[in-house]
Amino acid sequence: MTISKEKLLWMYETMYKIRYYEDSMVEAYSEGKKPVFNIGAGTVPGEMHLATGQEPAAVGICAHLTKDDTVTAPHRPHHHAIAKGIDLDRMTAEIFGKETGLGKGKGGHMHLFDPNVKFSCGGIVAAGIPQAVGAALVAKQKKKDWVAVAFIGEGAANAGAFHESLNLASLWKLPLIIVVENNSYGISVPKESSTSISSNDKRAAAYEHAEGYYVKDNDPLEMYKTSEQAVERARRGEGPSIIEIETYRYLGHFQGDPELYRDKEEVPSLREKDPIERLKQQFVSEGIASEEEISDLESNGKNEVDKAYHFARESAYPRTEAALEDLYC
Amino acid sequence: MKTTNKRILTGNKAMAEAIAQEMERDSDVFVLGEDVGKYGGIFGSTQGLIDQFGSDRIIDTPISETAFIGAAIGAAADGMRPIAELMFVDFFGVCMDQIYNHMAKIPYMSGGNVKLPMVLMTAVGGGYSDAAQHSQTLYATFAHIPGMKVVAPSTPHDLKGMMTSAIRDDNPVLFMFHKSLQGLGWMDQLDVSVGDVPEESYTVSLDKANVVREGKDVTIVGVQMMTHYAVEAAEKLADEGIDAEVIDLRSLAPIDKETIIESVQKTHRLLVVDEDYLSYGLTAEISAIVAESALYDLEAPVRRLAIPDVPIPYSRPLEKYVIPSTESIIKEIRSLMEQ
Repeated sequence: MTISKEKLLWMYETMYKIRYYEDSMVEAYSEGKKPVFNIGAGTVPGEMHLATGQEPAAVGICAHLTKDDTVTAPHRPHHHAIAKGIDLDRMTAEIFGKETGLGKGKGGHMHLFDPNVKFSCGGIVAAGIPQAVGAALVAKQKKKDWVAVAFIGEGAANAGAFHESLNLASLWKLPLIIVVENNSYGISVPKESSTSISSNDKRAAAYEHAEGYYVKDNDPLEMYKTSEQAVERARRGEGPSIIEIETYRYLGHFQGDPELYRDKEEVPSLREKDPIERLKQQFVSEGIASEEEISDLESNGKNEVDKAYHFARESAYPRTEAALEDLYC
Repeated sequence: MKTTNKRILTGNKAMAEAIAQEMERDSDVFVLGEDVGKYGGIFGSTQGLIDQFGSDRIIDTPISETAFIGAAIGAAADGMRPIAELMFVDFFGVCMDQIYNHMAKIPYMSGGNVKLPMVLMTAVGGGYSDAAQHSQTLYATFAHIPGMKVVAPSTPHDLKGMMTSAIRDDNPVLFMFHKSLQGLGWMDQLDVSVGDVPEESYTVSLDKANVVREGKDVTIVGVQMMTHYAVEAAEKLADEGIDAEVIDLRSLAPIDKETIIESVQKTHRLLVVDEDYLSYGLTAEISAIVAESALYDLEAPVRRLAIPDVPIPYSRPLEKYVIPSTESIIKEIRSLMEQ
């Protein structure tokens, strides 16, 4: 399978944009939290779960999606949101708690909703899967070739909602794809201590019309190729898929996580295999893109992110009484 | 002989008729739940619908409440108008996350950006020895959580009209129907479970209480079976010269404070009756509303009757003892009127 240059460049630019977005968030989140870390203080308060290192999972499949396809994401959602084409200004404003945010400041970083691109996320592990089943059911009901992708962490595959959803999607042959991002840890607990199967794609064997795929080594191009099979299968009405991708979480579960559960050498060794750097080297060595083209892609990504942070910072906080609005429409 | 032009339906048929009429007018409306197909819903809420609409729109699900209620949420977010049935409200324990963390919160957390035009209908109530896991109403458990409308109609007329309103509403609506008011052949045959139901489609508001009996001496507030017991009690008390006003709350969230307060300002006495647990519940909420807005209108302390903070017992005499009844209401009112 060959991947078009356009797609390759899009994937690189989007991964770069995500990385720069998360790096910028590390900075913004730390503002007002020094010298003593206080989770509720500073420019961006509350929990902050960043996806630095996990970019391939999001871009590899979102490269195959249109705005009619649905994505649900969990508590670590920025890479999925950006890859799905969320309104980045309003997403950032939401994370800053501003009135111009997607949820007018009522949701925050774990609860981002952009119906224009059918993106949503939530803070309850595995809860987005049934909702993606619902979107997949709509596709079937309306006889559309839309698909629904539920991103989850590997820990969520042990939750009941995962299995209930797969049974339903398989039974009804729904266009559902569950992307399991295996970053090795459910907060602090290693996968081997929580999960009685070596990889979650194997769980597809338990369901008649489900297919399982495994992508190793956090490889965006393998993720792209594998996703193509799953997405095409879904669009043809052949049923759900599980894609497990081996990915890397460079940062803690959340910002402020002391990470006492893993070796200090682990993250530096993961960063040596960085997927963005690897793709860049491949572009150059295979002559896919010049240094100048790559630099342009990076500038585009940076500019978009900088603009979004600027928009968020310049936006006003909501009127306090707005807390009482939007309960009913 | 005089004839009248009444069209009498049972509660379940009134509900099913509302769903059928809405499904006819809007192809985005569909039903999913356990045994909603050929069985027609364990309590008859979808009776006959599969014959009319087929299994693509009346969808039997596996016993996977998390999956199919979550799917209803996802379908509503994506523009359809699903009606999901949670067979017994008591089963909420296996799927409450989807209901209270998602259905109730997504519209608010999205700043109104996402609408969830869905109905979650569920059977409530006891009185037929089904014990603690199949007899609860849990009105307050749901009404306590912001973000969804919670309604509990008491008559076939309101079951139809409020179901029609619920389906057309762009907010998530938890629609509680009482098993004893469905008019099912295999339960006690209650006169109040059948009633006049117009054939044409109509709506009944989801936020207005109904004064079902006017009176001047005391106000009794309840919902579903408690309203019917209260009316029966009021008729008997009338023989003793006590003129009770009975309010059928109909909607638990939002709650119609105005109708309650106006009534208490007229009668100066209040009894709240509830087929839910006593503590932290509907009776406390209504008592607080009256204490906040009409305390000085009261001539006696507020009285409350509810399940006395125990799980609902199985054995007939035990269950009868804990659920408020016409007799216990009469006794309470007599005592209240002496104060």
